[in-house]
Amino acid sequence: MAGKKTESLIITGNQAAAIGAKMSRVQVIAAYPITPQSPVTEGLSQFVEMGELKAEYVTVESEHSALSVCITASTVGARAFTATSANGLAYMCEQLHWAAGARLPLVLACVNRAMAAPWNILNDQQDAMSQRDTGWIQIYARDNQEILDSIIQAYKIAETVYVPVMVCYDGYILSHTVMPVEIPRQKDVDRFLPRYKPHTILDPSDPRNLNQVTLANPRLNSIGSLCHGYMELRYLLQEAIEGCSETIVAVDREFGETFGRSWGGMTWSYRLEDADLILMAAGSLATQATVAADELRAQGYRAGVLGLRVYRPFPKQDLIEATSKAGLVLVFDKSISYGNEGPICSDLKSALYRSKSRPVVHGYICGLGGRDIKVRELTEAAIRSLLWVRETESAKPTEWLNCQI
Amino acid sequence: METSVLNLPEREYLLPGNRTCAGCGLSIAYRYILKALEGNAIVAVPASCLTVLHGMYPTTSVLIPCVNVAFPSTAASASGLVAGLKALGRTDITVVGFAGDGGTHDIGIQALSGAAERGADFIYICYDNEAYMNTGTQRSSSTPLGAKTATTPVLGKQQHLKDMPRIMEAHSVSYIATACPSYPADLYDKMRKAKTKKGTRYIHISTPCPPGWIFPTKDTVKMGRLAVETGMVTLYEMEDGVFRLTGRSRSVAERGKLKPVGDYIKLQGRFAGISADNLKELQTWVNSRWAGYLKRA
Ligand SMILES: Cc1ncc(C[n+]2csc(CCOP(=O)(O)OP(=O)(O)O)c2C)c(N)n1
Ligand code: SF4
Ligand SMILES: [Mg+2]
Repeated sequence: MAGKKTESLIITGNQAAAIGAKMSRVQVIAAYPITPQSPVTEGLSQFVEMGELKAEYVTVESEHSALSVCITASTVGARAFTATSANGLAYMCEQLHWAAGARLPLVLACVNRAMAAPWNILNDQQDAMSQRDTGWIQIYARDNQEILDSIIQAYKIAETVYVPVMVCYDGYILSHTVMPVEIPRQKDVDRFLPRYKPHTILDPSDPRNLNQVTLANPRLNSIGSLCHGYMELRYLLQEAIEGCSETIVAVDREFGETFGRSWGGMTWSYRLEDADLILMAAGSLATQATVAADELRAQGYRAGVLGLRVYRPFPKQDLIEATSKAGLVLVFDKSISYGNEGPICSDLKSALYRSKSRPVVHGYICGLGGRDIKVRELTEAAIRSLLWVRETESAKPTEWLNCQI
Repeated sequence: METSVLNLPEREYLLPGNRTCAGCGLSIAYRYILKALEGNAIVAVPASCLTVLHGMYPTTSVLIPCVNVAFPSTAASASGLVAGLKALGRTDITVVGFAGDGGTHDIGIQALSGAAERGADFIYICYDNEAYMNTGTQRSSSTPLGAKTATTPVLGKQQHLKDMPRIMEAHSVSYIATACPSYPADLYDKMRKAKTKKGTRYIHISTPCPPGWIFPTKDTVKMGRLAVETGMVTLYEMEDGVFRLTGRSRSVAERGKLKPVGDYIKLQGRFAGISADNLKELQTWVNSRWAGYLKRA
């Protein structure tokens, strides 16, 4: 059935996100404008006002309220959606923790943008990376088709494991760039993504007190059963997130069977089979790295790309296996954990600690605040790294790509 | 018709045994509010003494569905409940956002203003114990002039309180009422009326707090009455913009006069050592507010 009679549109990443939310039949939308996410909220309000999407659109006064609305709407059993960028995501921080702690299957489109100060509206991934410890699943899309598809997948994942999902995509590079996107048929989407069935519901016929004060230790309830303490609830959240890679992979596989496209589950690769030199990144930069890999191959290097699709949960085992035959991995981070290094780089290193055949890992910080990253810069970085490995014993410090200081 | 305390419904939704302090004004108010809601409501509760009242997981003594929400988010959370229920076709349930004065006047005012401007369909209740009690009695923008709190420990508060109902009036919401648990029937009737209206409704309840205001736990009802009789608190309602004094405030206006503010504050430790200037200023402030209410009534 794949691809039969589907329509293909030339659209931006933001339009793809709005269509993805619409086709997921979201019931409550609350969002607040911020560049470069605004066209998502505008697109969705258009769908609602035109009657193309039957949903409650709440025009809140801030991102904190946007996520608050989604949280309680989801608590009473509605499928809810929001989208934001940069300072908007930071403004939601309290509620990001809340949504995950309350185990609500929300989906948030994060259009990646640099954090102020100073103001900068262009792309990097600092916004989402800074929220990696809030208990959300994070998916990084590499093109507009993957944005649309991942939003639909995200609801299925979230509603299976009761963990919220952030679908991240690069501001401007994807959000404002048009490319052909195949629009699935609604009836296929409906079959793939059935209605949301909440696990707890607030209803006067069965009064409950949700998210009330919970002590560190387990306590007895009124009929004498021992109920979890705060620590047990945290453990269960971690267990759900760590264990959800199977769900993510299965959902992607089922998506492929239904729509004829899938996205690699947790990671994806390009010319990796015999690669000795691996370029690794998340989002559109990883797509660009495939061009650099081709270039390097043309120059005689066995290069390939390891694309990180899901950053949380961090696909440790997949990464160990994918890098086990390589001599050198270059990680290009579009964000930094200040005082340390790029977050993907340090997470990869920690994953590889228990690997028997560990490659050398070099970290590069690049593209901050929209700084252009050229294919040539990626290939030159690769050659510099190869030279370093050949000529130097010591570890290579993190390098800032094309930083003119 | 006005309800009297004798014919309030007998059914209880707030069972005996909760974690508030002895003599808590909030606890008394909540009992009557829940009677008025008759159980068919969902309450959004931010961090506050009301969180404490609702008890610790896995038990609660309140027979009404409650969702705990982030401190600044009461009105947005209530909006989300409304939107979610509407999307699911359930419009029979009353949604209530229920926050303290800190959660309303200070950290929650942005979300509340946003919701009220949108006319989100819920009842917002602010219970006003005039400080951040849950975190140890720090000043809020609803703490009255001269009151000592943990963050105005020596000099007492240097500013007058923020008149929250007037801010809500500027949002043209469908119903505004003030109340005090010392007058439970008045509170009950206002809740019943609020329940029949649509859009954002705002109820502001003055809830005396023995440990925060420093008075004996047996005097809560008396303290609420004195607040009204001295004009520190005025009972009124505004239906679609029309102002009306109610209950004890109306009877004081019609056939009596306010007691001096000193009668009220001398019974509370938080005002101990208030300067003569501040006391005078407080009286002037009460007089001018009262004159304003009389002019409108
Ligand atoms: C974002 C945030 N800031 C601060 C707090 C700490 N906090 C919890 S309750 C509270 C004061 C509540 O005061 P009020 O709303 O007047 O309710 P009361 O405790 O007096 O009943 C504060 C400051 C918090 N929970 N969240
Ligand atoms: S501190 Fe005051 S408001 Fe809070 S529970 Fe105690 S008496 Fe009630
Ligand atoms: Mg208070």
